[in-house]
Amino acid sequence: MKLLLELHNNPTVYLVIAAAVLALGVYGLIRRRTLIGMLIAGELIFSAAMLNIMALNRFYAPDPTVGQIFVLFIMGLAAAEVAIALSIVIAVYRNYSSIKSSNLSELSG
Amino acid sequence: MNAFPASDYIIAALFLLFVSTTIAGAVLAVFTRRIIRSVCGLALASIGLAGLYYFLHSPFLALMEILIYIGAVCVTIVFAVMLAEPDEPDAGPSTGQSRAWFAAALVVSVAVFWSIVRLGVTGNWTTPAVRVNDGSIEAIGVALLTTYSMAFEAISLVLLVAILGALAIARTGRHHE
Repeated sequence: MKLLLELHNNPTVYLVIAAAVLALGVYGLIRRRTLIGMLIAGELIFSAAMLNIMALNRFYAPDPTVGQIFVLFIMGLAAAEVAIALSIVIAVYRNYSSIKSSNLSELSG
Repeated sequence: MNAFPASDYIIAALFLLFVSTTIAGAVLAVFTRRIIRSVCGLALASIGLAGLYYFLHSPFLALMEILIYIGAVCVTIVFAVMLAEPDEPDAGPSTGQSRAWFAAALVVSVAVFWSIVRLGVTGNWTTPAVRVNDGSIEAIGVALLTTYSMAFEAISLVLLVAILGALAIARTGRHHE
């Protein structure tokens, strides 16, 4: 019971959650066959990285602002990435009438 | 002794709620076939992560997570879902190639999970003897305007270029129709 009550002060818990989200993201990135599905899996990978950085920042960093600012920058980059990726998705859909990644084979030899 | 003994149990219950929300959202985002449910899974996982950030002493990032991930990323993906027809194609007959991809995905993700958990559990992390500040929103603001002001300006430029690039890419091809 004591262990359960102290669970939120245990850095290992956060690291395990981050690893689980990362593994799910990698699995989705390999298995998904549409571009938007792959993009969502990529966002999960970003989230796992952010949780990992925040856990190490909270428990092991001498300056607790560094990790928070780094995660804020990751969020900004993730937003920029989503904007670019979705505009590519729209352009692809307009040209191919499909966003299944198996149909985008014009450059394959 | 705490003046309100039940508060420990409430905190533990909230923590478990946020953990299960995060994991359930991530599972939903990866395993559903309808993409709109996948987006909802991403939003759910973001809510759970925001709660976890709160437990990690960072209410600023908890609010930013909700604002950026649910308010910007998920809404943008929903707009793209409306413009394209993104549902996963049917799995089709189970051929040797599809089973090989399934096995490869499973092996890679389990290997990633196992190695990172092992590193996190057995890693000999050292707790710092002294903290230079308390990590409050005030400290973040000071750091953003002094140490990280250059990076702050650079990321604003990145966002501007990304928006212009998105406009330029999505605009081309419109006149062909």
